[in-house]
Amino acid sequence: MPELLKNLFDNYYEAAAVVIFGIGFTTLLMHRNLLKKIIGLNFMDSGIYLFLAAKGYIAGRLAPIVVDGDIDPSRYVNPIPTGLVLTGIVVSVSVTAFLLALTCRLYDKFHTLDIDEITYLARKERD
Amino acid sequence: MELVQNFPFITIVFSLTCGVFCAVLHGKGAKRLCLSWLTLTFAMSLAVLIYTLKTDGSYIYRMGKWNAPWGNEIRVGPLEALMATAFSGVMILSLLGGMHHIFADCEPGKTNLYFTMVSLLMSSLFALIYTNDLFTAYVFVEINTIASCALVMLKSSGMTLVATTRYLIMSLLGSGLFLLGIVILYGITGELLMESIAQKVQEIFATGEYSLPLTVIIGFFSVGLAVKSALFPFHSWLPDAHSSATASSSAILSGLVLKGYVIVLIKIFYRVFGLGIIVSERVSNFLFAFGILAMICGSVAALRQKDLKRMLAYSSVAQVGYIYAGLGMHSEAGMVAACVQILAHAITKPMLFCAAGGFMDVSGGHKSMSAITGAGRRDPIAGAAFTVGAMSMIGIPFFAGFVTKLTLAEGAVGSDDIRMAITLTALVVSTVLNAMYYVPVIFNIFSRSDGGAKALRPRADYAFSMSVFMAANVSFGVFSQQLTDAVRRGLELFGM
Repeated sequence: MPELLKNLFDNYYEAAAVVIFGIGFTTLLMHRNLLKKIIGLNFMDSGIYLFLAAKGYIAGRLAPIVVDGDIDPSRYVNPIPTGLVLTGIVVSVSVTAFLLALTCRLYDKFHTLDIDEITYLARKERD
Repeated sequence: MELVQNFPFITIVFSLTCGVFCAVLHGKGAKRLCLSWLTLTFAMSLAVLIYTLKTDGSYIYRMGKWNAPWGNEIRVGPLEALMATAFSGVMILSLLGGMHHIFADCEPGKTNLYFTMVSLLMSSLFALIYTNDLFTAYVFVEINTIASCALVMLKSSGMTLVATTRYLIMSLLGSGLFLLGIVILYGITGELLMESIAQKVQEIFATGEYSLPLTVIIGFFSVGLAVKSALFPFHSWLPDAHSSATASSSAILSGLVLKGYVIVLIKIFYRVFGLGIIVSERVSNFLFAFGILAMICGSVAALRQKDLKRMLAYSSVAQVGYIYAGLGMHSEAGMVAACVQILAHAITKPMLFCAAGGFMDVSGGHKSMSAITGAGRRDPIAGAAFTVGAMSMIGIPFFAGFVTKLTLAEGAVGSDDIRMAITLTALVVSTVLNAMYYVPVIFNIFSRSDGGAKALRPRADYAFSMSVFMAANVSFGVFSQQLTDAVRRGLELFGM
């Protein structure tokens, strides 16, 4: 057990990232309010990006921007995780926009943000 | 490099471009552009299929000529080409089979957006089939999610909006898990291309380090993609989404979108971890168990439905179970069965959904079982297509569904005793259940009734789509040996 705790404290960025992912995941899954679900989605994605960014950083190294022709790779951090984070943010922004637009239409139609109530109203409308 | 080797790349990128052009055209123009482009992609995929079968090998296409660790790659082999050909063909036929529904169901002035979404969806399906890079797979999984949700939503009603929301939320949970899996795997191996990861994973696995993270990663991938492809306990979003959408959307979602994610999972099993590790990590046991449960529970739920399209949607849940049962079989033969089932279901279920759309036309737009009584007499083409589809689902010889059941049984016999017993029992039970809900519908649609709309003049595009679907289904059953051989060879090349 102490070893597990030590690992958790040594890798506190990753541990925090996984906790944030868990919070976001449960909010997205369990919460009935659509807006809180969307916030949960963004929490979940942020957790993953924090994980990637933490994995990609190597203490004491520079950002991978070459100045003065110094191309020794051991002086720089790996640029790929940062690139992945940017791509991921783009994806998450577009998904959030889609979900927000959907929420607007649902609110216009049913005047509530509670997904259970909306489902109930929609079933009643169909039958 | 030969010209034909460029075709997979062209199909992916130009499908995206086609989507952009559809967004600025009018409905009819977008329809023409989209259909002509899809026909071209079908021809190109067929050319690639013939090329790969002739050379009996696979090749790697480097994007921008960058070499392995830096560049992005797509990989083309017989299995990928076969899937791409089948998927583009089914996409064209599904669109034709529900074309007048698309124009009737979409809000006026927004019909062109339907074709935009179809183009984006086709592009992402091609990319999921061909990609050799995990992060690219993630990006296209998300494009696939957005496009397919939009396809549900374009028929505007309260029910479709709710169904889309629930579909989107479940899909996002799935992609979150998938992305987390990729990120942790990247943290361990430092690679994103499948071959490079596979090499590192083998080395890591041999040392015995990181065995827990590897199990967790395989779990994330399996659960994430299982949620998106509606494996049994995670299927709750599927029936609403598939039954409330317009006929073409239901056909495309059931036939193609679910399969795209399974193909990614198969690629991950084969090309990232290798079957050996998957078997020793025991994750596939869960997939097998849930697959078998889905086969039974999906069919039982389908039995209880009063609404034709909901019944078909629950039948899709059962059919996805067949795929996962094959995946969890721990053997090459099981994987072959899974791939054959992907193809068989992709050509059968869209036909059933389009036929259901035809029944709704001649029954005043209703889809409950009581409303469609006699619909097969009023619309004989749809009636014939539904009968063929139902027989295929039940598993009558010389139809596509029989081939699946046969290959699945072959896979089970080659597996261990417990799996063999469970699979064979489940196959028998599910066949009986399938018959129990499809046969009454066949009787129902062909029985006499007084009510209902008059018989419509057959539409050329609809009749064409239905007859090609029926011909494809029967030829799938007749030429099953050649098909299974091509799939098996494709999977062998996968492992290399």
